Amino acid sequence: MPEHMSIAAVQVIAEEAPDHATPVPRRDGQMSAPQYRKVAAIALAAGLGFALAACSTKNDNKDAAGGKVTITVDCQPVGAQKDLLRNWNADVEAFQKLHPNITIKSVSVGAQCNNPPDFTARLAGGTVTDLFYGYMTDLQQVIDSGQAMEITQYVTKETIPTWDSVDQAAKAVFTDEGKIWGIPTKNYSMGLVYNKNLFQQAGLDVKNPPKTWAEVREAAKKISALGNGIAGYSEYSAGNTGGWHFTATLYAHGGQMVTADGKKADFNNAMGKQVLQNLKDMRYGDNSMGDKQLLGWPDLLTNAGAGKVGMFIGAPDATTAIVTQFQGKYQDWAMAPMPGPDGPAKGTLGGGEGYFFKKGLSADQIKAGLLWLAYEKLTPGKGQFDYVRSKPQNEPVGLPQPVLFAPGSDAHKQDVDLRKANANVNLDDFALFENNPVPIKAEPRNAQAIYAILDSAMSGVLTDPNASIDALLKTAEDKVNQILAAG
Amino acid sequence: MAIVTVPGTREQPGSRLRVPVRAPTRRGRRVRDNLTGYAFLIGAVLCFAFFSWYPMIRGIVMSFQRTRRGVTTWVGWDNYERIVNDPSFLTAWKNTLYFTVLALIFGYAVPFFVAILLNEFRHAKGYLRALVYLPVMLPPASALFLFKYYVYDPSDAGLFNAVLKALHLPTSEWMQSTTMTMPAMVLASTWMNMGGAVLIYLAALQNIPGELYEAAELDGAGIWGRILHVTIPQTRLILSLMAMLQIVATMQLFIEPLILAGGAGTQDSATSVAYLIYQHGFFQNDLNGAAALGVIMLVVLAGFSAVYARLTARQDAT
Repeated sequence: MPEHMSIAAVQVIAEEAPDHATPVPRRDGQMSAPQYRKVAAIALAAGLGFALAACSTKNDNKDAAGGKVTITVDCQPVGAQKDLLRNWNADVEAFQKLHPNITIKSVSVGAQCNNPPDFTARLAGGTVTDLFYGYMTDLQQVIDSGQAMEITQYVTKETIPTWDSVDQAAKAVFTDEGKIWGIPTKNYSMGLVYNKNLFQQAGLDVKNPPKTWAEVREAAKKISALGNGIAGYSEYSAGNTGGWHFTATLYAHGGQMVTADGKKADFNNAMGKQVLQNLKDMRYGDNSMGDKQLLGWPDLLTNAGAGKVGMFIGAPDATTAIVTQFQGKYQDWAMAPMPGPDGPAKGTLGGGEGYFFKKGLSADQIKAGLLWLAYEKLTPGKGQFDYVRSKPQNEPVGLPQPVLFAPGSDAHKQDVDLRKANANVNLDDFALFENNPVPIKAEPRNAQAIYAILDSAMSGVLTDPNASIDALLKTAEDKVNQILAAG
Repeated sequence: MAIVTVPGTREQPGSRLRVPVRAPTRRGRRVRDNLTGYAFLIGAVLCFAFFSWYPMIRGIVMSFQRTRRGVTTWVGWDNYERIVNDPSFLTAWKNTLYFTVLALIFGYAVPFFVAILLNEFRHAKGYLRALVYLPVMLPPASALFLFKYYVYDPSDAGLFNAVLKALHLPTSEWMQSTTMTMPAMVLASTWMNMGGAVLIYLAALQNIPGELYEAAELDGAGIWGRILHVTIPQTRLILSLMAMLQIVATMQLFIEPLILAGGAGTQDSATSVAYLIYQHGFFQNDLNGAAALGVIMLVVLAGFSAVYARLTARQDAT
């Protein structure tokens, strides 16, 4: 049950129960003991009934009368994200002025918006909002749940004026069998994120970061030699993030996680072995990855924010997280393209996020939702792209992603121009990454399940000097094949 | 207001109401007398029905279904077959049983001996009890994060490693070592949970008549003799109940691997059955498989409880 539902339940109990439970007092104003007991029992039963009623997922937001439409939208920033929350609320107000017949009800589902267990619970319980946030890898799960609807016929230039400019690859991940199930609102691809301060201290050239994994290894050795618990290169191996980064690094080597037909695992090969061998060599051969392993997403970024990580692979928004959530500084960080095996990377992992539409919405609600997404997420200069507003805030302007609009389109040009004109981060720090694009490869189907399995292989080479890479990959391959066979 | 006397009724003394002459049946009276009790029961029954029995039945039903593209179909034993063939299935059961055995050795025995020790103290009893109970008051997640970041830090900065180093003993990588993962989890779990068990044992110990110890002493029993021949027999019922609760609880091992080991731990060394259920349900888009594994666990625990209850009943009878 989501947070807002439980609050509703409590409110209903608090407001409604007394009305139904108010006893008829005796003349002296006192109730007899049996009366108390009966009243208490009835109040308890009534309270429970109301609580259960409040938990129901009945959609009561449809108000077609008088052309008024109400939609609920999740992923409203949380209270701690003060600037983002203020911006969101201001946008809701401005949008409602622009469309007086539409009311947006915002719901916050945590800073991360899609913590997979919470997301699955909301989806399975049917308590998602009318427009609900999801990752690009969630499409299959969302369709399987039966909680979403395809919106193909409503996605037009009238509802999303920039739709033709939206990147085809981003659209494709929300499309299944030719039907549109979601609208992309953010995308990313991975590169090498590095700490300029530590590079300088280690005598490395900030303008010439490693381009190959051999160079990464050499640089990591020099950075970790600084001591003080600094890891030259840091990597995930827990909470499914290990598998996520294994995939990204495998793509850089030119590999793929599953065969083209999606039926078999395809990482137990020379490229998969090279990925793990390189990590094992850095961890135990060079001792350049630090003692602490089994790192999940917040662990690595906490260390990075504390200046204890020289390099890691990540997307540009990793620097945003380091600064806004882990007390780091933008000026310490820069990005380069993903390193390759013996030159530029052959591919890099791309992903992102978007919004789905809850099953059973009226045509007016869907159109209202699309208009909101167009306003908040897909219009240069507005909503998430309102760089003039973000510039004085602690939000980065000038990062090379998201790139939601296809290069060459008017929307893309407008977005890039606005971003550069209002940049509050040093554009040079991200120029290498932006100017040397690597082919982007989407995440595999069943991504989270596959990532969970590969965590084990990653943790194996990072925590056990005697781990057999062949055995780790074989075990992971068998497990992934089983998941793929199950469909 | 005029009182109308209905034929076949009589006036109750001191009342203006007229009630039927025929006395209510015994059953009817019993129901009416217990009306308040039934009203109270409704809440509890509804709570159990909605939050325990319904989810349990729903879980069993789900374990025989499969939902794809919003369509749910009956698939017989397919989910069970898939779960049993999951390469992590055996590992998860082995890990869980290993944890249960270790927890039985340490997590079960340690609180009992701590209780005996506390029972012997004559001074600062309340203070010591509060001290032992304190970890229970910490939210489990907070306690485990303390262990993860401060106690089991694999570098020399970790609390345990610093102590081991000061004693010139070899240090450990704790959660990063496949061999130490389980013992480390048992240790943290015992520290976190033993307060409650200690209090229960203490209450049981204080019910043992002092004369029994005096008699044992007169018979020449030492401290171990008194524990073996007085304390354990006198607390046998509570000990056997706690053993069963302990086993059922530890078989559901979840939060320890999730927080201390990031879920699966190094090379699956922390994967428990409950964690595998979580993985299937919340990460693998496989709620039906998760339900099947949940049912398997339910059957195993119910079977264990039944056998245990039977054995202890037989033992009590002898």
